[in-house]
Amino acid sequence: MEKKWEDMSPDEKQEAMFQRLLSPKDPQGNDIKFLSPKAEKAYKDRVTRIKDAVQMKKLPDRVPVYVLPSFFPVYNAGFTPQEAMYDYGKLNTAFKKFMLDFDPDSNMGSVMPGPGKFFEILDYKLYKWPGHGVSPEYGYQCNEGEYMMADEYDALIEDPSNYFSHVYLPRVFGALGGLQMLPALTGILEMYGVALNFIPFGLPPVQATLNALMEAGGEALKWVGAIGAFGGEMTASGYPGTFAGFTKAPFDVIGDTLRGTRGIMLDMYRQPEKLLEAMDRLTPIMIKMGVGAAHMNGNPMVFMPLHKGADGFLSDEQFKKFYWPTFRKVMIGLINEGCVPLPAAEGHWTTRMDILKDLPKGKTLWMIDQSDMAKTKKTLGTVACLAGNVPSDLLKLGTTQQVKDYVKNLIDTAAKGGGYIVCNGAFFDEAKPENLHAMIDTAKEYGIYK
Amino acid sequence: MAKDLVRTLADLKEKEALNIVEDRLKAGEEPLKILEDARKAMEVVGKRFASSEYFMPDLIYSGEILKEITDMVKPKMSKAGEIKRVGKVVFGTVAGDIHDIGKDIVVFMLDVNGFEVYDLGVDVPAQKFVEKIKESGAPIVGLSGFLTLAYDSMKQTIDALKAAGLRDKVKVMIGGGQITEEVRKYTGADAYGKDAMAGVSLAKKWSGAG
Repeated sequence: MEKKWEDMSPDEKQEAMFQRLLSPKDPQGNDIKFLSPKAEKAYKDRVTRIKDAVQMKKLPDRVPVYVLPSFFPVYNAGFTPQEAMYDYGKLNTAFKKFMLDFDPDSNMGSVMPGPGKFFEILDYKLYKWPGHGVSPEYGYQCNEGEYMMADEYDALIEDPSNYFSHVYLPRVFGALGGLQMLPALTGILEMYGVALNFIPFGLPPVQATLNALMEAGGEALKWVGAIGAFGGEMTASGYPGTFAGFTKAPFDVIGDTLRGTRGIMLDMYRQPEKLLEAMDRLTPIMIKMGVGAAHMNGNPMVFMPLHKGADGFLSDEQFKKFYWPTFRKVMIGLINEGCVPLPAAEGHWTTRMDILKDLPKGKTLWMIDQSDMAKTKKTLGTVACLAGNVPSDLLKLGTTQQVKDYVKNLIDTAAKGGGYIVCNGAFFDEAKPENLHAMIDTAKEYGIYK
Repeated sequence: MAKDLVRTLADLKEKEALNIVEDRLKAGEEPLKILEDARKAMEVVGKRFASSEYFMPDLIYSGEILKEITDMVKPKMSKAGEIKRVGKVVFGTVAGDIHDIGKDIVVFMLDVNGFEVYDLGVDVPAQKFVEKIKESGAPIVGLSGFLTLAYDSMKQTIDALKAAGLRDKVKVMIGGGQITEEVRKYTGADAYGKDAMAGVSLAKKWSGAG
């Protein structure tokens, strides 16, 4: 008899999640029909290759290779970021061309550019996007700011959901001001007085907000239909998804999204206890977010972009006190539910490696940007699969020979005994296509384990 | 015994530092002398950042305390005190890029090291750099950028300096998350700084202040 999910060990759960990835389903729950027996074999070979690299139990057939771009596929197809964000047909054309041109071992999907019209409907303030604050030729960029005030920690800690819906969302979405006027739904208890709770829904600002939400929801559905179709097509063509969804380290939730860099860094001095308590409060929420995406999409990988813990941002002491404990708890929470956290250590993290290696073996996959790869392999790399480190400047400005030499050296340094995936180090907009080909070809030729 | 503002501020003791300033103002001390101590403290902060004793939170907090002190002292000053500056630098994040965390750190470090910094902000068009250099006569330019797209914006900015006949009058440094020696060659900059301290060293070298 099959073991119940809750009786399984983290190892068994991870294995079960990889089995789900090996047998992909469509949104209706039916087996995906591969385009050909060849595509099916390529798909299963890729998942097995990635799984072996991540689990570090046996050698894969060769070093896997990922390409994880930012807006590169869009430029590569001759479109602007604005076109990709407003025309979902062009979006998918660009990402399909990218996958077929480069043939990497996983498909990141066409989610990244996002639906431009949706952001317009809601008047999103946290980002500037093409035609809205940046030119049509540029990708979106974050407007970091203080969207949560220094004296609002108690409100966040007391009820994070309520804080997001009533305070944070109206600040970052211009069209959602009406949410501030909504009642707490926990006041809806019995016949007597129940209708009083619904008065706000009759008010014009709330109704305008509800209309905006419905319109935005319609646009999001249109968009997800397009990107879902693309994901399904790529699976049928033999490419597993790179990750199921994402979550974040609690320090970055507060530092990127809520308080901003300046805000969180002042809080470290002026109200450290509140900051620590808020991060604890966000931890189970971040675990649930990642686990939910993985289980829904049948893929154990959960992406975690890391920002404010990099070398130079915090001292080691500050990192150990403020960044690492809840970041680690989120990863362990994901691992316990069969997920594989995929943190992207953007920038340099070399000085953190001795701290980061305190993780169970074969349970995480790290995208490494510019950290020293030899040191990373000897520390974090003893317990975790590494990916990345091919530099952006090399991909845009170098020669194909330089790329080949660099990737060969990387394979020699990081792929010995398994546990490495060739990949770019940072998400990139621009690169010479021939350099990406050189990176991928080198992985496929030089990366074969004999 | 008078408490030491330089040490208290450099050690980031906010309340204590503000109390000292309040006491000294009450005692009728010359506001400029208080600001001079604060400036000395910020020099210490800069040195501690350079030697990796301090990091970003410490830098940001020190800047915040300094602002509070300045706000207390300024109303008591009869005329603006002139602080001696060792050189002028025009600084900004290049066109199309709105990232400012790295830029702000370098601007901060240049400032505490005695430079007059004209911070043009983010997404700065090439022409704006040209105008500010002409207007200020600054001999040093810092271009910041985080995106790979910034490589081209940096190159275009430096080309615009050439077109305006300014290229041999200024030294150009570049920096940012994905900036390397290869990018320096591509853009035609004079040097790249891998961190804020490298930027300060370059500025000192170029202005003869080092």
